[in-house]
Amino acid sequence: MTDNLDPRPDELKQRVWESIQRDELPPRDDRGRMRVVMNNLILHLHPSKVAKPTLKFTYTWGLGGLALLLVALLSLTGVMLMFVYTPSPETAYRDMLNLQTEVWFGQLIRNLHHWSGNLLVIVAFLHLLRVFFTGGFKTPREFNWILGIGLLLLVVGANFTGYLLPWDQLAYWAVTVGSSLLSYVPLIGEPLRTFLLGGPEVGAATLTNFYGLHVAIIPITLMGIVSFHIWRVRKDSLSIPHKLDGSVDGSAGPQIEKVTTLPHLVSREFVFALVMTGAILLWSVWVNAPLEAAANPDHSPNPAKAAWYFMGLQELLLHFHPVFGAIIIPALALGALAFLPYQRFDLSAEGVWFRSAKGRRMAVFGALTALIVVPLLVLFDEYALDLPGLLPSLPTIISNGWIPLAALLLLLIGYYDGIKRIFQATACESRQSVFVLLIVSFIVLTVIGVAFRGEGMALMLPWEVL
Amino acid sequence: MMTDKTVTRRDFLKIAWGAAGVLALAETGAVTLSFFAPRLVAGEFGGVIEAGAVDSFQPGSVTPFTQGRFFLVRMPDGGFVALYRKCTHLGCAVPWNPAEGKFICPCHGSAFETDGQVINQPAPRPLDRFLVTIENGIVTVDTGTPIQRDHASDADLVYAEVQS
Repeated sequence: MTDNLDPRPDELKQRVWESIQRDELPPRDDRGRMRVVMNNLILHLHPSKVAKPTLKFTYTWGLGGLALLLVALLSLTGVMLMFVYTPSPETAYRDMLNLQTEVWFGQLIRNLHHWSGNLLVIVAFLHLLRVFFTGGFKTPREFNWILGIGLLLLVVGANFTGYLLPWDQLAYWAVTVGSSLLSYVPLIGEPLRTFLLGGPEVGAATLTNFYGLHVAIIPITLMGIVSFHIWRVRKDSLSIPHKLDGSVDGSAGPQIEKVTTLPHLVSREFVFALVMTGAILLWSVWVNAPLEAAANPDHSPNPAKAAWYFMGLQELLLHFHPVFGAIIIPALALGALAFLPYQRFDLSAEGVWFRSAKGRRMAVFGALTALIVVPLLVLFDEYALDLPGLLPSLPTIISNGWIPLAALLLLLIGYYDGIKRIFQATACESRQSVFVLLIVSFIVLTVIGVAFRGEGMALMLPWEVL
Repeated sequence: MMTDKTVTRRDFLKIAWGAAGVLALAETGAVTLSFFAPRLVAGEFGGVIEAGAVDSFQPGSVTPFTQGRFFLVRMPDGGFVALYRKCTHLGCAVPWNPAEGKFICPCHGSAFETDGQVINQPAPRPLDRFLVTIENGIVTVDTGTPIQRDHASDADLVYAEVQS
């Protein structure tokens, strides 16, 4: 009998605690620290040790972690909002007013959700840029880049479906305009749009559909892919930052020092999450999410704009035949984006910001080119160029689609060849310059759409747009 | 390289199982899609709407039907056409502008003639129309399926039969 004595401690309180937290807290040595990370559900997302150079804030800017923090904030506030909102045209807008005036801290929770959602689009985009410019998508991380693009699309989808829920004029017409972009997909576009909207126009069925997508389908898919994404980061580990001269940034020699995740990484993450939560909270206290008059299907506002992250697309649509503006150009861009990590890459450029010294100059050159050329092209097309008028015998899909697209592609190829020769650069550096050119062009188009398009979508100065 | 084309029992079973799996997936997909398919609610937009007596519409008039989301246009020559008010560009509600005598979309500036023909881009095609039927002097409009067209034409106009 006495041989079978339970070795566990006698005190119940300690026994309960140890059933939850098996390892000693705080851990006494590195071995203990590693074990805590390994045995904790959340901390186990991390490896138990990380390369010290990757901890440098100005290498990752904490963007992936920030995106995750925003997803957490969005889930939390989103679930809260579900308790005070009914997705039906009769009640949705009333619930919004009620939320803002009657529910305790309702306005604050709505603001937090609204601003976190918008910030997430920006942060996910910046995260993509960071990974590209430090060459963080190279072998073995190609597939994680693809997962990242999928996540970006899901984030935009979540934003778009959430946009409708307040059921105000802004929501109704932005979703009408945004979903109409789909109609331009040949053959399947119109049926797809009708399917998504649950009818020929935005209505009660649309609100139900979007609600289901917004609170269940998209978040669940997002969580799944996010887990996959993070698991791959843990398996592939981060690329190591390098200086221009090829030496490891943050390490004296070629030997890369490893430190325990606890406390080195976890404490940094914790502080950054705390600071960002504080910043978002502060912003949400001061700036209210917009809410316009109740949705009125009989009256379109002037101008009716899509959500801001679609304004680049809407701007393209003003210059190209719809099939090109809404479908072919975005599809080409997405395809090229997904294909990026599978192209040849100088291994020496991995972990170096903008590949090399030359790469940096060429990136600036690409950005400047876009900043100058895109506004000029927009002005030129708006006031001087009328291709369908010049070529009246051709259908507009050729005169305002194939012809300008071919011209732009030729210009891009010329640009690539030109800078490669002028800078005597590698394909890798030249490709990056083209990438910068295209990204900045997209940003410029978005800014023009948001700030320089007023009544009737005419070009005007920002203070006239209102 | 084997040249024997005989399907072994193992191959046959493999193919059969694979086909059954694909079939099961397709069925599940079909069930899911049908479940989520748009469902029309009776009485909502999408049904047949009785617009009124032929004589209550003056030639050269444009009458909005808010519930049916269309304009009943009676051309100066007496022909009727029902225009879906949804802009063919990006779906905004196009209002009739009586002062200028045309439809002008507030969203992106597309303009349309009385018969729906495009005057100003970016709209890629004329306003869609609905089927108009005139029976016993009563005009009815079927808002179920908008009819797309590349050009507005006089063939789209519907006339009341001449009373003898």
